[in-house]
Amino acid sequence: MSTQNRSSGLEYTNISEIRGPLLVIDGVTNSAFDELVEITTPAGSKRLGRVLEIGGGTAVVQVFEGTTGLSVSETKTRFLGKTMEIPVSDQLLGRVFDGLGRPIDGLPDPVGEKFLDINGESINPERRDFPEDFIQTGVSSIDGLNTLVRGQKLPIFSGAGLPHNLLAAQIARQATVPGKGEEFAVVFAALGVQNSEAAFFRKSLEESGALKRSILYINLADDPAIERIITPRVALTAAEYLAFEKNTHVLVIISDMTNYAEALREISAAREEVPGRKGYPGYLYTDLATIYERAGKIKGSNGSLTQIPILSMPSDDITHPIPDLTGYITEGQIVLGRDLHRKEIYPPVSILSCLSRLMKEGVGEGKTRNDHQNVSSQLYSAYSRALELRALAEIVGKAGLAPNDIKYLEFGDLFESRFLKQGFDENRTLEDTLGIAWDLFSTLPVDELTKVKQDEIDSYLKVK
Amino acid sequence: MQAKGKIIWISGPAVKADGMSSAQMYETVEVGKDKIVGEIIRLTGDTAFIQVYESTSGLTPGEPVVGTGTPLSVTLGPGMMGTIYDGLQRPLDKIAAKAGSFITRGIHVAPIPKKKWNFIPEVKVGDTVHAGSILGTVKETDLIDHKVLAPPTAPSGKITEVVKEGSYDKDHIIAIAEGKGNKSEFTMHHDWPVRQARPFTKRYDPELPLVTGQRVLDTFFPITKGGTGAIPGGFGTGKTVTLHQVASWSDASVVFHIGCGERGNEMTEVLIKFPELKDPRTGKSLMERTVLVANTSNMPVAAREASIYTGITMAEYYRDMGYDTVLVADSTSRWAEALRELSGRLEEMPAEEGYPSYLASRLAEFYERAGRVKCLGSPDRDGSVTVIGAVSPPGGDFTEPVSTHTMRCIKTFWALDTKLAYSRHYPSINWMTSYSGYSESIDKWWVDNVDADRPKLRLETYTILQREDVLKEIVRLLGPEALPDEEKLILDVARMIKEGFLQQMAFDKVDRYCSPEKQVKMMKLYTDFYKESQKALKNGAQLETIRALPVVSSIIRSKYEIPDDDLGKMDELSKSMYSSFKELANKEVTAVVDTK
Repeated sequence: MSTQNRSSGLEYTNISEIRGPLLVIDGVTNSAFDELVEITTPAGSKRLGRVLEIGGGTAVVQVFEGTTGLSVSETKTRFLGKTMEIPVSDQLLGRVFDGLGRPIDGLPDPVGEKFLDINGESINPERRDFPEDFIQTGVSSIDGLNTLVRGQKLPIFSGAGLPHNLLAAQIARQATVPGKGEEFAVVFAALGVQNSEAAFFRKSLEESGALKRSILYINLADDPAIERIITPRVALTAAEYLAFEKNTHVLVIISDMTNYAEALREISAAREEVPGRKGYPGYLYTDLATIYERAGKIKGSNGSLTQIPILSMPSDDITHPIPDLTGYITEGQIVLGRDLHRKEIYPPVSILSCLSRLMKEGVGEGKTRNDHQNVSSQLYSAYSRALELRALAEIVGKAGLAPNDIKYLEFGDLFESRFLKQGFDENRTLEDTLGIAWDLFSTLPVDELTKVKQDEIDSYLKVK
Repeated sequence: MQAKGKIIWISGPAVKADGMSSAQMYETVEVGKDKIVGEIIRLTGDTAFIQVYESTSGLTPGEPVVGTGTPLSVTLGPGMMGTIYDGLQRPLDKIAAKAGSFITRGIHVAPIPKKKWNFIPEVKVGDTVHAGSILGTVKETDLIDHKVLAPPTAPSGKITEVVKEGSYDKDHIIAIAEGKGNKSEFTMHHDWPVRQARPFTKRYDPELPLVTGQRVLDTFFPITKGGTGAIPGGFGTGKTVTLHQVASWSDASVVFHIGCGERGNEMTEVLIKFPELKDPRTGKSLMERTVLVANTSNMPVAAREASIYTGITMAEYYRDMGYDTVLVADSTSRWAEALRELSGRLEEMPAEEGYPSYLASRLAEFYERAGRVKCLGSPDRDGSVTVIGAVSPPGGDFTEPVSTHTMRCIKTFWALDTKLAYSRHYPSINWMTSYSGYSESIDKWWVDNVDADRPKLRLETYTILQREDVLKEIVRLLGPEALPDEEKLILDVARMIKEGFLQQMAFDKVDRYCSPEKQVKMMKLYTDFYKESQKALKNGAQLETIRALPVVSSIIRSKYEIPDDDLGKMDELSKSMYSSFKELANKEVTAVVDTK
C-alpha cells in the first residue's frame, strides 16, 4: 500500500465504540461509503480500515489489522477520500508482499505505473471471450477428465491434512498451453495459511525457476484475520492488470478460501447482521462472486486470468455453505478424497464429484484429440460402475457378481493405481494420459464401451 | 410533485434519504451526483429507503436524491431481439461502447435503438382500436415480425390518421385514434412498469405441450405452453446445460434467458453459441429469437432482484403479439438471496434461514405471470409465456425455503440428482422424484399429432423403470445373482432405457434434439425388445445370449446414429431386432434337437 503521499483528508478522533474488528466514529460529516481510513494507534503506529456504513454523523469502520491496542480516547482516524488502491506495474513480478500489499521481502515499495481500486469492476458479460484453450497440467485426473482451460475458475475442494498444496504447486509448475510455449505468471494469495505451507509454496516456485514470474501475497495464520478480506482483492487487482493490460496469462492460486469466509463471518457477526446458514452472512454468495468472477478472458486482450482457489471443507462436508456456494459460482471443482489419500494415491482426486464445466470447449479435434471427450465419459461411466460394484461386493462377496462385473471391479483398481496415481514430479502429456485410458479399456469387453464411438475404438483400442 | 431529498445513510446497496415526503412506493429515483438508479422500497415519515441498482462505493451523505415520478419500467418496442441486457434493460453492448470492458457506474443508455424500421400498417382510418390492438408490423429479425401494439392502457377509439408503409423510427407517430373525449397518439414503443403483469382477455387451460426435443422431459415430465416448471439441483448437476437445451430446441417462437446472479462465462457462452446454432424448425440463427438479461453474480445485487421482472415483462409483451414465449430464469435462488440481502439491510424480521416472510408470495406472484392467453385487442390471437425457473438449493437439499416455496407454485418439477450427475448420466433428471401435473392434459395432443399408442408406450416404459427401482433395493442387499432371470431382464432393459433413452447428449449433433416421432418410435423399440426377450426367456433362451445379441448395442446407439430426418431406419432396426429373436429361437430349437 502506498498511502504516504496521499495522506490528505479529514481527521476524526471521536470514537464511540470499538467492537470486534469494528470502530464506530461519531461526528463524521463528510465521508463516503467504502472510503479508506488510516488509523493511528495510541502507540503511534498506523493501520488501515474502510467505511462499511455511513450516516447520521456516524461511520462504522472495519479495521484490517484488528482493533487490539486501540483505545476510545487516544486513537486518531484520517479519512483518505478514496477507496483502497494499489500501485501496479511489471515490477510486481518476483516480489513478496503482505496481505495488504506491503513488501515483506526487504525491497522498497514498488513503483506503480498507475493505481487501481482493489474492488475492481464487473467484467461486462458482453465483452467476455469464451475460455477454450486447453491448459495441460500434466496431471491425468485433471487433463483427462476435468480439463482446465485458460480463463476458468476451478477450485480445489480439500480437507484438513489432504495434499491440496502439493497439487496446487504441481499445477503451478507444470501448467502450459501445449504448442504455444507461453508460460504462466503465477499470483499466489495466501489467506491465513501456516508458515510452513507458505514457505513450501515459495520454495516450490523458486526451485522450478517460476518465482521471477510470480507475485506472492502472504497473510499467515497469525496475521490479522480481517486483512484476509483484502488479500484476494489485492492479488486479483495485480493479476487483472497483468492479464488484461499486459496481455499475460496469469494463474491465480488462492489458499484457503475457508479462512476468508470465516473473516467475513466475523465482521458480519460484529455488525449484528441477520445470519444466513451456519452463521455466515446472507450475502456470502455475492461476496464470493466478487472474487471468483474476476477470472476470465476479455475480447481484445491476449491475456487471461485463470483461478484455482483452494478451500478446505469443514469436516469434509461438500454441502457446507463455503464449498456449496463456491461450487455454484466456479466452473466446476476438483475434489480431493480421504479414501484415496488413505490408499496412498496421489493426487487423491475423487473424480466422481469433480467437474470441469468448460472442458467440452477445450477438448476435441483440433484442440486436444478427437476421442478426448468420449474417453472421459467412458472412464467416468466405467469407474462409477466399478465403485457401485465394489460396494456391492462388500456385502454379497465377489462370488455374487457376474463375470463382467468382476472385470469392472478390476478396472476400478487399475484406474486408481495407474490412471489417478502419479508422482509429484511426474508431468504427463495428454497423449500419455489418453494412452493409459485406452490401456485400461482393453481390460473390459468391447461391447461394454458404449460411450466411445466405433471409429475411436478402431483407431485407439489395442486388443489383448 | 417531484421529490427532492438528500442522502443520510449508506450501507451496501441500501441508502436512506430524507426530504422525500412526496415520493411514492416503488418510484424510481436518481441517487447522488452520478444519478445512479434506485427504487424506493420503504417510506417512513419523509425518509425513503432506497435500493440502489449500482455500486454505492464512494457515495457520500448529503448528495441529492431526485424522484422520477414513475415506477421501474421497461421500454417495449422493436429492436429488443438478439440483445443482451442488464437487469435494468440497458444493452450491455452499448455500455461496453461507452465504458469499455468493465461496467462502470452511472451509465445511461437507451434500451431500444433509434433506428428506422419499415413499418407496415394493419389498420386504416375509421377502424376501431382497443387497448392491445395490433396497429402494424415491423420485420424485427428474420424470425420475428414485431407487431406494433396499442398500449394496454390506451382507451378505445377510431383511427383518424395512420402513416403509409415506410421507414420510421421508434418515436415517430404512426397512428392517431380518437374516442369519447380522448385522443391517443401511438408510436412504435411504450413503457410498462415491470412489477405489474400486463393484462390479457382470458387464460386458457394448459393443453399444448412445449416440445423441447429432450426425451426425458417431453416423454415423462412434460411442460405446456404457458406452463410453469422448476429445475432444482445442486451444483454440477447440469442445470444450466439442461436449461440451455430447452432454450435452444423448444418449439417456442421467442426465448428470454435471464442469467440472474449466475456466471459471466455462461452468458458469454449463450452469446457466442446461439448465433451459430440453427433453429431446428426454421434453420435460422437462434439469436434472432432470443433476448438475454444478464445480471451476473458479481453485478449489483439490487439489479438482480429487478432482472426477473424486467425479463418477464418483455416476455409478456411478445406474448401480446401472439407469440409463444419461454422464459428461463437461472437462478431464482440468487434472486431470493438478493431479496434476503435487501430485507436484512431493512432490518426486517426474518422468516426461515434469514429469508423475508414475503418470499413465498413474491415467488407465487412471479410464476402466476405465466400462462397461455387470449390477447387484448384485435385481431384475435393467442400467446403464451412459459416460465422455467432454476433453483440452486444449498447442498442440494430440496427442503430449503426457496425449493419448498417454489414447488407450491409450479406444476412441472425436474429434480436434478447429484448421484446421476456424478456417474455422468445427463440430463441428470431423476425419473422417480420428478413430476409433471400436465401429463394427462397433453395426451390428446400426442394422440392427435404423433401416435395413438403413445400413452400406452409411455406407461409401459415407465413401469419398467419403476420396477427396476424396487428391484435395485433387493440387489443392494443380496446381489444381482439372487434374482430370477425375468427380473434380471428388467434390470437389463432398464439399463438400456437409461443409457439409450433417458440419457441424451447435449453436445452430439444428432442426439441434442429428438423429435416427438422419434421419441415414440424409440419407446416402442425398447418395450418391444422387452416383450420379445420375455418370450425368448419363456421359450428357454439364456439371459446371457439375449444380452450378447449385437442388436442390443444398436438399439442403445440409435439415439445418436439415426437422425430425425431418416426415421425409416428406426423401423429397419425394429425389424432386425425381431429377426435376431427369431434366429435365437431357431438356434434354441436346433440345440434342443441336437441334444436329442
